[in-house]
Order: sequence, then C-alpha cells, then structure tokens
Amino acid sequence: MAREITLTVNGATSAVAVDEDAPLLHVLRNQLDLRASRYGCGQEQCGACMVLLDGRPIYACSHLAVDAAGRKVETAESLMDHPLRAAFLAEQAGQCGYCLSGILLSAKALLERTRAPSRAEIVAALDPHLCRCGAHERIIRAVARAAADLRERAE
Amino acid sequence: MIPNALPGSLADNPRLDQWIGFPEAGRVAVRTGKVELGQGILTALTQIAAEELEIAPERIALASGDTRQTPNEGFTAGSLSIQVGGAALRLVCAEVRALMLEAAAARLGGAARDLEVRDGRIVAGGQDTGLDYWALAPDLDLTRAASGTAALKAGADLRRIGTSAPRIDLPEKLGGAPFIHDIAVAGMLHARVLHRPRTGARLAEIDAEATLKAGRGTVHLHRNGDVVAVLGEDEARVQTAFETLRARARFEGGVRLETPEADALTLLELESAPAEIQERGARPAEQSISRLSSTYSKPFIAHGSIGPSCALAVFDQGRLTVWTHSQGVFPLRAALARALGLDVNDVQVLHHQGAGCYGHNGADDAACDAAILALAHPGRAVRVLWTREDELGVSPFGAPMVVRLEAGLDAGGRPLDWTIEIWSPTHVSRPGARGGVNLLSAEALDTPSLPPPPGDLPDAAGGGATRNAFVLYDLPHQRRVHHFIPHAPARTSSMRGLGAFANVFALESFMDELAEAAGMDPVTYRLSLMSDPRARAVIEEAAGMCDWHNPPPEGRARGFAFSRYKNSAAYLAMAVEVSVDEEVSVTRAWCAVDGGLVINPDGAVNQIEGGVIQAVSWTLKEQVMFADGAVSSNTWETYPILRFAQVPQIETRLIGDPSHPPLGMGEVSQGPTAAAIANGVAAALGARLRHLPLTRARIMQALLEA
Repeated sequence: MAREITLTVNGATSAVAVDEDAPLLHVLRNQLDLRASRYGCGQEQCGACMVLLDGRPIYACSHLAVDAAGRKVETAESLMDHPLRAAFLAEQAGQCGYCLSGILLSAKALLERTRAPSRAEIVAALDPHLCRCGAHERIIRAVARAAADLRERAE
Repeated sequence: MIPNALPGSLADNPRLDQWIGFPEAGRVAVRTGKVELGQGILTALTQIAAEELEIAPERIALASGDTRQTPNEGFTAGSLSIQVGGAALRLVCAEVRALMLEAAAARLGGAARDLEVRDGRIVAGGQDTGLDYWALAPDLDLTRAASGTAALKAGADLRRIGTSAPRIDLPEKLGGAPFIHDIAVAGMLHARVLHRPRTGARLAEIDAEATLKAGRGTVHLHRNGDVVAVLGEDEARVQTAFETLRARARFEGGVRLETPEADALTLLELESAPAEIQERGARPAEQSISRLSSTYSKPFIAHGSIGPSCALAVFDQGRLTVWTHSQGVFPLRAALARALGLDVNDVQVLHHQGAGCYGHNGADDAACDAAILALAHPGRAVRVLWTREDELGVSPFGAPMVVRLEAGLDAGGRPLDWTIEIWSPTHVSRPGARGGVNLLSAEALDTPSLPPPPGDLPDAAGGGATRNAFVLYDLPHQRRVHHFIPHAPARTSSMRGLGAFANVFALESFMDELAEAAGMDPVTYRLSLMSDPRARAVIEEAAGMCDWHNPPPEGRARGFAFSRYKNSAAYLAMAVEVSVDEEVSVTRAWCAVDGGLVINPDGAVNQIEGGVIQAVSWTLKEQVMFADGAVSSNTWETYPILRFAQVPQIETRLIGDPSHPPLGMGEVSQGPTAAAIANGVAAALGARLRHLPLTRARIMQALLEA
C-alpha cells in the first residue's frame, strides 16, 4: 500500500505517499503537479516521459517512484532558463511539441558530459526518442546550438 | 484581388462578429474554427489578423474550435486552413478595418481615405486623432454579413504576412503543460476504456473481482454494452486495474483480422462496388506502338501520434461539455448528441491541443468515450486516456490501396491513351460522414449507433481514393477507374494526403518507368509533357538544387518526383538521394515549392520538411500487421517508425510568386517523397519496387527477379 517517500525534484524536496508500484511519471504529474513530462507509450519505447535521475535519463513511465526516493530528479520544468530551451525556440525546433520535454532532458544529459558533441553524438543521445511530426533536423540543430551557447558562456 | 465567391468558411459564417470582437480596451477577440494540430496554424492566422487589422499581434486573443463561440469551419483538414480559413479571416479583418476608418471619418468629418490605422489607433496625416478601435467599436454593426469585397492590403505593404513569426504555442510546449493531457480538475476521475479488438466483437467475459482488487479498492467499473471502463481518482491505480481488466477480458466474434489481409494486394480479392469511370480528353486516333502497365500498392498505415488520444468531459445539469483534440468540434458535437440522445444545444465541444495530428485518429473516439463515462457520472469530470496499444491498434488507419497504371505510347514514348485503376476502401469515416455517427464506442453501446452506408469522399470535396488520380501532365487522354471496396477488414479514414499518397507514389513511379522506356532522363521526360509554367518552375528548380544532370556521389542514387497536391494546392518537385545495401537509406532531399503567397515561410518549410520525413517513414518502414484476429502492430516495437539516425538532410526553397493567393502546403510532400525514393531505389538497384513499404525483403525479391 501507500508509502511515504521523499522526492527531490528540480531541487525542491517533498514528501509524497505513493504505492510501491506507482510509476514516477504519475507521481510527478498528478501529485507534484509537474506536467511537462509526457505519457507516450508506457513501454519505454518513445521517450516522451524521459526525466533525469541523478543526471541520467530514465523512462518515468515505468521507473517506480519509490526507486527515485532520496535521489535527484530533473524534469523539463527545470530548464526554463537553460540555453537548451532558448535554442529550441531560436531554431523553432518542434511541431506538435509532445516529444520535446523528454528530448530536452536527454540533450541536457548529453551536454553535461560532452562539451562539443558531434552530430553523431547528438543523434545517438536522441535515439531513445520518437518524433512523429518530422522536426528531427531542427531538434538536432537546436541541441548543437545550445552546446555552442554553453561553450561561449564558459569562455 | 476581389474574389468572385466568398471563401467557404465565410459563406458558412458570414457575420463579422462571428470572427471579430472588441471586448475590452486594447484587446481584439479573433475567432477561428480552425484548430492547432501542431502545424502552426494559430501563429499564421494571428499574423493574418494582425496584418489586416493593423494591430500588434499581442493584442489578439485568439479563440479556436469552440462550439459556443467560434465560427463553424468544419474540419481542420485538407490543407485548407490558410487557403480557405485564412482567406476568410483576412477578408473579415480588412473589412473591419475599413468600417473602423469610415466610422472615424464620420466622427471627424473627413474622408476615410485620409485616415490610417497604427496599432489600432486612427491616424490622420501622421497625427493621432485620439480615436481608436475600442472607442469606435460601438459605432460599428458587426452583426452585418461580410461583403467579402474589402480591399486587402497591397503586397508591398505587407509587414507581418510573409515573415517567419515564431510559433505562439512553442514556448508553453517547452517545459509547460499545454496539452489536453495536462488538464487537471479537482476530483477528476481518470479512466481507461477497454475497446473491442475488432469490429463487431462482443465482450463475452470480464474479471471484475480481479480488476477491482488490482485497483486496491479505489477504482470502479462502468459497463455499457460491449464498452467497459475502469475509473478512479488515482491514475496509477486505474492503469494497474485496467491492465488486469484487459488481460482477463474475453471477446467473441467480430471481423477477425488475419495475417494475409495486411497485404494490400488482397484488396483485389474483396467485393468492390461497380467501377466508377471518368475520362478527360479523348484517345487520339493515332495507334500506339507499345504499351506499358504496372501495379503498385500501399498497406494500411497508422497515424502514430506520440501522445495517445485523450479527452475530458463533464455532464452537469443536463449539459455535456467535452474537451477534445478533434479536428472538427462542430461535427463531433452533432455526432455526440446523436449517439447519446442529447439535444445538440446541450452539448459544448472545445478544442484543446493534443499531440501531433495527421488526420482522423482516435481523438473523436476518445471524446466519445469520455462523454459516455461523464453521462454515467454526473457532476464529475472524467478524463479518458487511451493506451498506446489502442492508439496504434483501434484508431482508424490510413487506407490500403492498389493502383494500376497503363499507357499506350507513340514512337517517341509519349502517352496516347492512359488509364489509372484504383482499388481502395474509404478515406473518410469522420463523425458525421454520410450521415453516420462514426464514433468507435458509440457502435458498441447497449443502444448502438449504426455505421452509415459505405462510401468515399466525393471528388467535389477533394476525393478520397481518387485524390490526385488525374495528372497535370499534358496527356491527350486520361481514364480513371475507381473500384471502391465497401468492406475492408479494418476501419479506415482520412490520413495526411488521403489517396494522393498512393496515387502520386504510383503515378510518379510510372513516369520514371515511361521515361526509361522512352530512353529519356526522368526530369527531361517530365518537362517534355508539362506546359504549366508553375509546375515547370518547381521541376527545374528542384533539378538545379540537387545538380540533377551531374552524377550523384559514389554509392548514391537519386530519384525525382513532382505533384500539385489535389491539383489545386501547392506545387512541389523534389529529389532524394538514397543509398541501398540491405536496406534503403534516404540521405538527402531537395524540395522546390510554389505555394503562392506564403504567410509564414519558416512554418511552411517546417510542414514541408516534416511531411518529407514522415513520408520517408511511411515509405521505408510502415505497415499495419494483423495476427490471431486482431491488429498485432500495436506497439512502437511492432510498428517501428523513422528514428533520428535515419532522417535525411533536407533543403527547401519556396519559389512562389507572392502576388498569387496562398495555396495549402500541409500535405504537399507526402506522395512525391514516396515516388522519389522508389525512383532512387530503382536507379540504385536497376530493379523497381512497386509495393510499400520498401523493406529489405522486397529489395531482395526485386534483385532476384531482376
């Protein structure tokens, strides 16, 4: 039955009562009102629900909330002032936008480990994600632009 | 540029106040019946309204797709939102501006021609007159019908139309909660609905006890006929319980789906309506010296939206309110009222954005599910979310088609007689089509709505299977034979391009086959049969962009295709570069497009290139599969689509003359992409693949037969 856990999401810590088998995605969306993470398939096959757990991309649709207890969770809400979001706006990288939240987080994980990712590295980082509208090229350009912006800031 | 006839949207919604209002100082209410599907339409319509009203776009409060307050513009479909909906809005805004200037002139005692508008303020000779739209609004009777004759701003004066204004909806999509999936209401019930796995199946058995136990006592079931749903306030528990319900439910009967029926060629074995034949021109007296014929096919394909269908409904004091990502809130309202026995005036349907929409997907059906459950739970908001399996498995599919082409040729390889023969089930099963309700669960209720008589979209509405069946080339004679298949094994409806996808794939593949038979270069051959200057211009531009007349890089081949969508929307010519080993890779694409005046060039390019990428996916990878009585391709694993690593680099040029009216571009690249790829693959292999998708197995087979 429900169990009290402590979740640290985007730097804020909250206590929530969750079932042992409740997916992190539902807890984020319905209990913490963080709705930028999207439900796409529930099967780890599309990437719409991707969040970062201790900096690594995970599928929130199937990852249990109890397993995120006491660890660092990041969702797209944390990226409002991040160069990635500015780059996606600059490149108009999206059509319907449903896939973008998850993509932003995989891209953030990439940029944190790779200062100047090649096109192949960006494509590889985005491989878990599906986009149906065909905004792929814009998305790849946006990630490259954000990487360049970050490098410029660092200099 | 005074139109002879009002755009359809304006003829249907003639009153100016259906489109425009001035509810508060500094704000303009603009209403559209067209809805955002991910295509950027709200941004483009805002540009149009701001342009003709001469106001800053930030002043516009845009309402879209609400049966209580927006004009009824039918469905957001057919690449008509700019061409028709935008044309109507532009005329309305131009007329309102003119009326405002007349009202100002009357107050000031001068002539309207001496006044101008700057961001809603009336200016005379560069001086502010102290009057603005909001002061003048009481002087105007906006209940009058639009004349449709207001002078539009001249091309040289356009400041917003023709610029790449950023998408107004994108910021909220990056870190926000803009989707219908994100609406949360206090006390809302989450619901998952078990749908019949095939048409006509009956729900024989459910395990209610195990389902409720899986929901830990916090969920309940609602059943009506063969529709059963799990509801509760805790979404995670609802989902868990639903998985138990689904695993233990048993259906009987219905139209079983078996593996071989996934092959489009089985359409040829199904009952068809009497052939409908149309001819253009006449067979010349000259005898052909050779004949060529080929048969092509395209399978069932799935919409595959990344977000599963979702809807929210509330039934309170006899009134039903439904939030939906449907393409047509008015037709959906009428269908819901009929299906549920409500007065249409007691139903309000509001559009709220969903994930990308490429045609008639599960949106309307999910809205019906939510409405059914809301009626059973008065006063409670009910949120229905479909599963991935239903999104890929019980949504309407894009229709399979078989297309046979035959031509008699003269000594120079030019067609004398020409026949296109098409076999296809319907391309339209939308709510209201042919008088039917056409909502999935409505057909499974205790009091079911019956499906309407079979039929396809008529030519006057753009045609379904016959869309783009006639070509723009200079042929003395064209004969079109349409074999309508009234009963396909699975439900089919409108999907981006409708019949144009398979027809253009077949026609433009056949053009390459004819060019080869004539010993001519494919681009040169097309130009030899094309006198339309706008068509010639895009063909020549695309050929130039890819350096067509010089060989491609080592190990690559190129293919070419042309079409004008519906023979009435934008013109597009394109080339692709492919490499073929065991599988086909599309590495590059070049598109030249004439869409006349382009409202938002970046938005247009996004649509064209997105269409190319989606059509690459359809062409190389996609086919709905059946097994053991049901759809078996109902996950992303079993229905794979194009991934990031497989996307071509695309270059697009918009070469239309902005003095020509805007032409629809949302579906212009689907058919040509498939044909260009097939032509490139034929160039690479020396063997032609005529059946989609162009899989590894088909490449091997073609090589064996070559």
